Amino acid sequence: MAGPERINKSGLALFRSRAIMATLLVVGAMTIIISRMMWLQVDNYVHYATLSADNRIKLLPLPPPRGNIYDRAGRVLAKNISTVDLLIDPEQVQDMQATIDQINTILPLSKEEVDRFKRQKRRTRRFQKIPIKHNLSDAEMARFAVERHRFRGVELGVTQRRNYPYSELTAHVVGYIGRINERELESIDQNDYAGTTHIGKTGLEKFYESHLHGEVGVKKVEIDAAGQIIRTLEVTPPIPGKDLHLYFDVELQRTATDALGEHNGSVVSIETATGGILTLVSKPSFNPNSFVNGIGFSEYNELRDARSRPLFNRAVNGSYPPGSTVKPFIGLAGLEQGVVSINHRISCAGSYRIKGRGRKFRDWKRSGHGVVSIDKAIYRSCDVYFYDLAHSMGIRKFHDYLDKFHFGRRTGIDMPRETTAILPSPEWKKGRHGENWYPGDTVNVGIGQGYFQVSPLQLAYATTILASDGRRIAPRLVARIGDTPTLEKVDSNSPIEKVDEHNWEAVLEGMVHVVETVGGTARRIRNDDYRIGGKTGTAQVFSLSEDEEYDEKGLRKELLDHALFIAFAPVETPEISISVIAEHGGHGGSTSAPVAKAVMDQWFLESGGSE
Amino acid sequence: MEEYGYSPPPQKRSGKALLHLDLPLLTGLLLLCAFGLLMLYSASDSDMGLLKRQLLHLGFAFGILFIAAQITPSVLRFVSPWLYIGALLLLIGVLVMGEIGKGAQRWLDLGFIRFQPSEIAKLAVPMMVCWFLATRKLPIRPLTTIAALVLVLLPAALIVRQPDLGTALLVGAAGLLVIYFAGFSWKLIILLVVVLGVAVLAVVNNPDLLDLVLHEYQKKRVLTLFNPENDPLGAGYHIIQSKIAIGSGGIYGKGWLNGTQSHLEFLPEQHTDFIFAVISEELGLIGVITMLLLYMFIILRGLYIASVAQTPFRRLLAGALTLTFFIYLLVNTGMVSGILPVVGVPLPLISYGGTSLVTIMAGFGMIMSVHSHSAARY
Repeated sequence: MAGPERINKSGLALFRSRAIMATLLVVGAMTIIISRMMWLQVDNYVHYATLSADNRIKLLPLPPPRGNIYDRAGRVLAKNISTVDLLIDPEQVQDMQATIDQINTILPLSKEEVDRFKRQKRRTRRFQKIPIKHNLSDAEMARFAVERHRFRGVELGVTQRRNYPYSELTAHVVGYIGRINERELESIDQNDYAGTTHIGKTGLEKFYESHLHGEVGVKKVEIDAAGQIIRTLEVTPPIPGKDLHLYFDVELQRTATDALGEHNGSVVSIETATGGILTLVSKPSFNPNSFVNGIGFSEYNELRDARSRPLFNRAVNGSYPPGSTVKPFIGLAGLEQGVVSINHRISCAGSYRIKGRGRKFRDWKRSGHGVVSIDKAIYRSCDVYFYDLAHSMGIRKFHDYLDKFHFGRRTGIDMPRETTAILPSPEWKKGRHGENWYPGDTVNVGIGQGYFQVSPLQLAYATTILASDGRRIAPRLVARIGDTPTLEKVDSNSPIEKVDEHNWEAVLEGMVHVVETVGGTARRIRNDDYRIGGKTGTAQVFSLSEDEEYDEKGLRKELLDHALFIAFAPVETPEISISVIAEHGGHGGSTSAPVAKAVMDQWFLESGGSE
Repeated sequence: MEEYGYSPPPQKRSGKALLHLDLPLLTGLLLLCAFGLLMLYSASDSDMGLLKRQLLHLGFAFGILFIAAQITPSVLRFVSPWLYIGALLLLIGVLVMGEIGKGAQRWLDLGFIRFQPSEIAKLAVPMMVCWFLATRKLPIRPLTTIAALVLVLLPAALIVRQPDLGTALLVGAAGLLVIYFAGFSWKLIILLVVVLGVAVLAVVNNPDLLDLVLHEYQKKRVLTLFNPENDPLGAGYHIIQSKIAIGSGGIYGKGWLNGTQSHLEFLPEQHTDFIFAVISEELGLIGVITMLLLYMFIILRGLYIASVAQTPFRRLLAGALTLTFFIYLLVNTGMVSGILPVVGVPLPLISYGGTSLVTIMAGFGMIMSVHSHSAARY
């Protein structure tokens, strides 16, 4: 317990002198405040009284029109359309329920509409009108106009509404806007968003929010004592948001989506020279127009809970085991770091054991591939060659070389929430699982299984780097913001340093043989018009983003392998690189390679890279 | 304090100490709060619901005042370091959670209750400095001064990081006032004022200097103070509209409930930070001076209680808490009348809101405790 206090006069005189001084300071400060008040209320009374009484000026914000989004051929992917909405000003309505019931008698309102209105009313800042019914037809407008005298605080208003003409086809690329929520309200400059009700939530709409939004304008109006506007005094018009012009090709996207057929999955195509994203398919998709004015609970729950996860952008945020598609990169890692030479050969008998002992790692071909070099290892996709190579290389060298191809790192695409996926290392395993790294882990990783995970975008980007001689240009969707080209964001450490040109040639040749040689795993897409280099892959584990738990029961029904394929073409001077993932598609060669072929056919034979 | 079997003779006290309450102080506080309720009613456009909620806040705050007044100063002194350490930990907790939540974070949510640890710091910091200085030789020596400054600046720095500049300044002021009463050298005070003056001049001439210490929105507010017309839709709008409201009130005011500026929604946050503008508009200069005199009475009573207190701890605590209350008043009225930056400090006892009300009343409870509990003679 506290010790007893005793009367103690130490510092008493000091304190009292300080207290007197403080009193003087307080009185002095009060004098300053009162003089200020006198200056405002007496000296300048006439000035302020005039401002207040005769000249009631109010400033109204003018929200800027949002920028449009165009694909490479100038087709509109996102635009603003004017609609007539029925608005309610809550400040003017005495009995909200009665008003809603009354509206319901002339313009039937669905339960969803009423619920949405009530939800928005709770969230909206004061003094804002809230829509209760969107997009009125001429007949509905007429019906309300006749009766409008009965409704105080209810009015028709023209509002700009975001529209996505290609709907599901571009939903994962363009994203959507929605009403500003409380969290977002804290992170934006509220003055800039005075009058703006919507903000980018996902995709390009979110990533380029600051460019698309524009700058708020101001209308100076004079109002009477009741707050009604008498006249407009001055207008500072808003500065419209900037348009986005993409590398993206919506017709190519359509071809890629259709080519996937019934499979879910992803198709990412990159223009090699620019790093421009041509297609970014994530299937299944959803209708973004539903989100613009607030999606209903039931519709949203259905989308959110669907096992196929339509709201999830697989291309950018999903991660899959890459399977054999990473073998060219692993082969290059072995050659460039001097672990093996181009002439190195092994004998494949269908399985592999570390130092001839222990666990048996099987090849996909039970009978084996016989004598295998790097070339054959790639075009026949021999597992044993890569088990052995990965084991000799060790996880350290493995990790450090594949890291150069951006595995395990963000590519830097202009989209929100990109995943890093996983390029495993002993440190990563220790941190994530708390376990040591075992040699068997390296063997598994050697064929793109085990802990190794990539996003479809990463896979396409790595293929682009490989096909363009190690040059690294971060992939991106937007070519121009307004009239300004986006600066080419070339990696600071690029390009990848080559040890020996022949190593690269050998690997690329192996990939050409995948398509062109008898016994190549994707021979079915060989054609006479242009030459393709590629690599098939078949991934055994079902998995999505690293931080998403997946329903186990749902998983059991779908144990089919994922079918993967990466490709570049034409072989002589590659213009386009592609990664295809067809979930549960079976074999890469039969399911995914034709998808890549369809995209390339259109690019080379039909549109011809039309700008 | 009866452990020594000695009961001190009745002390001379101005005002009766009923249940350890100081009647003059209590009367002043009640009058101000009643006045505040009347003005809130007008400022909120006759919103009875809001008034009832504020009445609840007041009831709770006076309850806290009553409880604080029953606690003897020696107990207050005993808990000071623990309260201070607790407040520091909570402030760090808020920062850590803010890092995770990304963005401004001032609230700590314990599930059943949500509060701002920076409010606790407003009391814990001056209490801690009092605890620390109470046993030192006064006037304080340089080393003691430095240690005391660290005690003040550590929590203030944590609050700046939240970021909440206004509260950080108030917490800092509360602690510095204790050091002032403990005899901080006048020479240094004058030096600091000069340095501050030079800094202000430098900033006026070169606004970009502010980037070093302030967030963008804070910089905007400070700059707007010097030239409100630069930002007529944002921060400047607040100041322009508030000056129109005050000025158009004139000497006699437009009358209670008749303020046009406030009722046409020109004034921002009219029932919280900007209620002083509503008061000035409706009650005029006469009303403002009357209100300020009421505040003066409370402040002088507090300083008097500090001056006749029996121990250094009591003197320092009562003095610092009283002047902190004055700083609230000064910052708010200065801000609303356009001579200080808009930092978001409420008008004490009058603005709508429960959080700062409770802190202020707890402070006055402690001042009453200082006055109504006797210390042992030796």
